[in-house]
Amino acid sequence: MSLTLQNVSRVVEGETWIDDVNLTLEPGSFNVLLGRTLSGKTTLMRLMAGLDKPTKGKIIMNGVDVTGVPVRERNISMVYQQFINYPNLSVYENIASPLRLAAMDEKEIDRRVRETATMLRIDPFLDRLPLQLSGGQQQRTAMARALVKDSQIVLFDEPLVNLDYKLREELRQELRALFKIRNCIAVYATTEPNEALALGGNTAVLNEGRLLQMGPTALVYHQPKNIVTAEMFSEPPINIVKGRVSEEEVTFDETVHFRLNSDLRGLSPGEYQFGVRASHIGLVPHADDDLELPVRVDLAEISGSETFLHVHNPHFDLVLHLSGVHAYHVDQEIKVYFPTHKLYAFDAQGKMVHSPARMRDQ
Amino acid sequence: MQIKVENNKAWFLVLPVFIIVAFSAIIPLMTVVNYSVQDIFDPYTRYFVGTEWFEQVMQDSRLHEALIRQFIFSFTILIIEVPLGICVALMMPTKGRGASLALILVAIPLLIPWNVVGTIWQIFGRADIGLFGAFMTNIGIDYNYSSNPIDAWLTVVLMDVWHWTPLIALLCYSGLRSIPEVYYQAARIDQASRWAVFRYIQLPKLANVLVIGMLLRFMDSFMIYTEPFVLTGGGPGTATTFLSQSLVQQAIGQFDIGPAAAFSLVYFLIILLVCWVFYTTIMNMQKDK
Repeated sequence: MSLTLQNVSRVVEGETWIDDVNLTLEPGSFNVLLGRTLSGKTTLMRLMAGLDKPTKGKIIMNGVDVTGVPVRERNISMVYQQFINYPNLSVYENIASPLRLAAMDEKEIDRRVRETATMLRIDPFLDRLPLQLSGGQQQRTAMARALVKDSQIVLFDEPLVNLDYKLREELRQELRALFKIRNCIAVYATTEPNEALALGGNTAVLNEGRLLQMGPTALVYHQPKNIVTAEMFSEPPINIVKGRVSEEEVTFDETVHFRLNSDLRGLSPGEYQFGVRASHIGLVPHADDDLELPVRVDLAEISGSETFLHVHNPHFDLVLHLSGVHAYHVDQEIKVYFPTHKLYAFDAQGKMVHSPARMRDQ
Repeated sequence: MQIKVENNKAWFLVLPVFIIVAFSAIIPLMTVVNYSVQDIFDPYTRYFVGTEWFEQVMQDSRLHEALIRQFIFSFTILIIEVPLGICVALMMPTKGRGASLALILVAIPLLIPWNVVGTIWQIFGRADIGLFGAFMTNIGIDYNYSSNPIDAWLTVVLMDVWHWTPLIALLCYSGLRSIPEVYYQAARIDQASRWAVFRYIQLPKLANVLVIGMLLRFMDSFMIYTEPFVLTGGGPGTATTFLSQSLVQQAIGQFDIGPAAAFSLVYFLIILLVCWVFYTTIMNMQKDK
């Protein structure tokens, strides 16, 4: 069972919501749709589900064109950001509902409901009403409803957004494990790069209705094809600094110079945009060729046990991703170390022309 | 050890509420109670009669008939208006200009004063000049609400349905609007039928507004006075004489203040009791689910 989207576009009231998307999802694959809000993730899922019809292009399932086939005749299920369950049916009946509609034998229904409920660890609550459960359990019920019938495609539209941090991690792990043993196509939409990385599988990066890049998650992360993908696929976004490469050295904004190292030697002279991940800039040097930069602190943003440090020098801004909690006051002068052998280089159009050697190996 | 400081100042803060409730409810009600246990000839000549008026009222066969009529009427209109209101709400458009137009059209009957509603239907149903009455006559049905009790009933029920179904429809409409779009989408993906969507998604959401709507409609229809008064005057005979009309006849027509007061209290208690039973039953039914 594979799903292919061929040159799919969707235009609503003159606005292009999905622009010429081509992608193929393999059977048994776990696919993450990564994109900001309004990037077209939900629209793309609705097209895959058959809730909407594409304005142009074809949707092919198992080699059969299903473009005009309504959702009722496709075998799919979907989990939403909101916890969608039948409010006045018990958890058991909620999970059983898709099977009942398929007029399945009562014994088989019972077996499947209990099996799925155990898998999602809601078996103690089968007699309760959804609203008597916690948010996490309600979403587990909705997931059980989606998984109980053997759908060929299971769509998750930001299912963990409304849960707290701890539950989210827990459910994410379980979800990934659940799909390892299934042979259906899972599609999972999220706005968070970290979530995509945690889920693994394949990642498709969407921006303004266009598919920027699709591939194994780690590969897309390490080898972004362009600046937008690189920016979207890291939290905090990758730092971009304008620079010029000459025969001997690299110059950032006419002020900072360093000698061309072995990693960057392949670049022909010219103007580039250099990208460096926030986690690669440090407060202490890690390598001999690290570039020392005096900067001033704008803001130390503490998130959990990590600190996002926003700094600037007279010509450009940088964000550092530090582990641990660090307190800095505004305008404090510090020195940061810029890893010159961990630089991405993009051309003027934003296309990637160089990635650090160690990232290429992965 | 706990130290308890007594402070009576709080009473002053509650006092305004007591005063307002006293004037709005307790004093008028006590006046009625006062009348219901005394036989009053003039301000200086009055006799305490105990429960005599109540006994008389309870044995009055005219009131019994009016009470039965009243119950039949209230339940008839509930049985018609609630399903009809739900249907209207389900059919109302949800988006665009059609939605606001439908809302206005549906709401119009609610804006018309009761006595005007009575007058409208009085003219509308007349066999000689009324649109409805003349139409019935022309298609060969002998329709006359002022001489035929069944026609009179039909007209009163029809009038109430016309006047108040919009209330149920609007309540349900607002209830339906509060259901997020994703529920319908999820139902489509589950391949649920139209009936299943109504039964398991829409009806549970409507339950609360329907309880309010049914209570309002019951109380209101149980106290109906103006429309039948204008339309039929309670006739023909006593065919459409409901409780409040009997009460008015007794209190103002015959000036039997004592029995009328006793009757008012009984009337009030009936409404209170029925509403309480109705509300508790429905709430328990919801809890059991």
